[in-house]
Amino acid sequence: MLRRVRRRYLALKIMGEQFIEKEDLIRALWDAVLQLFGEYGASCVNLSLIGYEAEGNYAILRCSHGALDMVRASIASMTEIKGKPVAIHVLGVSGTLKSLRKKFL
Amino acid sequence: MRKFVDLHLRPVIRDLNQAEGMISKSYELGYGLLGISLPPDALRQTVRLLRKICSDMGIDLVTRVDLAPKTSRGLLDGLRRLRRRFEVVSIWCASKSVARQAAKDRRVDLLSFPPDSRKHFFDFAEAELASKALASLEVDMAPLLSLRGGLRIRLLSSLRREVEIAKKFKVPIVISSGATNKYFLRTPRDYIALASLFDLPPSLGLRALSDNPLAIVERNRRKLSSSYVAPGIRVIKEGKNCLDV
Repeated sequence: MLRRVRRRYLALKIMGEQFIEKEDLIRALWDAVLQLFGEYGASCVNLSLIGYEAEGNYAILRCSHGALDMVRASIASMTEIKGKPVAIHVLGVSGTLKSLRKKFL
Repeated sequence: MRKFVDLHLRPVIRDLNQAEGMISKSYELGYGLLGISLPPDALRQTVRLLRKICSDMGIDLVTRVDLAPKTSRGLLDGLRRLRRRFEVVSIWCASKSVARQAAKDRRVDLLSFPPDSRKHFFDFAEAELASKALASLEVDMAPLLSLRGGLRIRLLSSLRREVEIAKKFKVPIVISSGATNKYFLRTPRDYIALASLFDLPPSLGLRALSDNPLAIVERNRRKLSSSYVAPGIRVIKEGKNCLDV
């Protein structure tokens, strides 16, 4: 029998001096995963941007449970998006969107 | 609650606003003790100002000096001049002779190595000496964030080897940011995730960010206090008759 897919939701705070488009953010996240772990690694993370609030500089990301450390390392390795300096900090991790919003946003 | 330590912030000391920004960001990220790299000729007034900024935010400040001697003779001279002025002394080991001397000197707290796998100076001999002299291996995370492609691949392989040797000889590992601006600061959890890239398990990563640097700071503060006499000996009471202590 197929096991249920376990996921993790991450609340992110984006620190930068300029406005960042949603598309640029997701592209930069994928690039970071690809650079660190290659195509095979990227295929295991099941990365998806669930929400992005450009004004508050918050984002919610979903990944597979087993790849959480890979995603955290990739996010931490990001220093710029489209040539603009940024730092992305993980505010918290949760198993459900509901509890993530309740605890960290 | 665990106290996280970042022993290597590298702000431009003349620009106190930048230093203040980095200190406040580190506090936000969960650090309770910060080490700021100061030039050997740092003024007392600068240190006092930095201490005030940190104490206003509720952070403990550690003064640190980074020495990059070319020869082992230069290293000994630097240590003689500066050891008692700074709470933490880190040595940038750019040659084998400096690495060997720094590893065996008890006045050295941290050993840093160039991020180039061809300049591999942390070997079994240095690790054994460092383990006896209580020196720690420092891993700066800033190059890991700033380098790309082949250079980062080489850095990771070099770090993997250094960490493996340190684990084998029980040399404490210290993870520091090495950040020159606030965009290079990360949370302790992020550093633990990054450390998994060079095979440092999370339990050791946690120790490298809190217990190991805290032990260095506590040991040195004890040594620099006026009551310290020699290893294992300190003044606990002064007076005419101390026999009834």
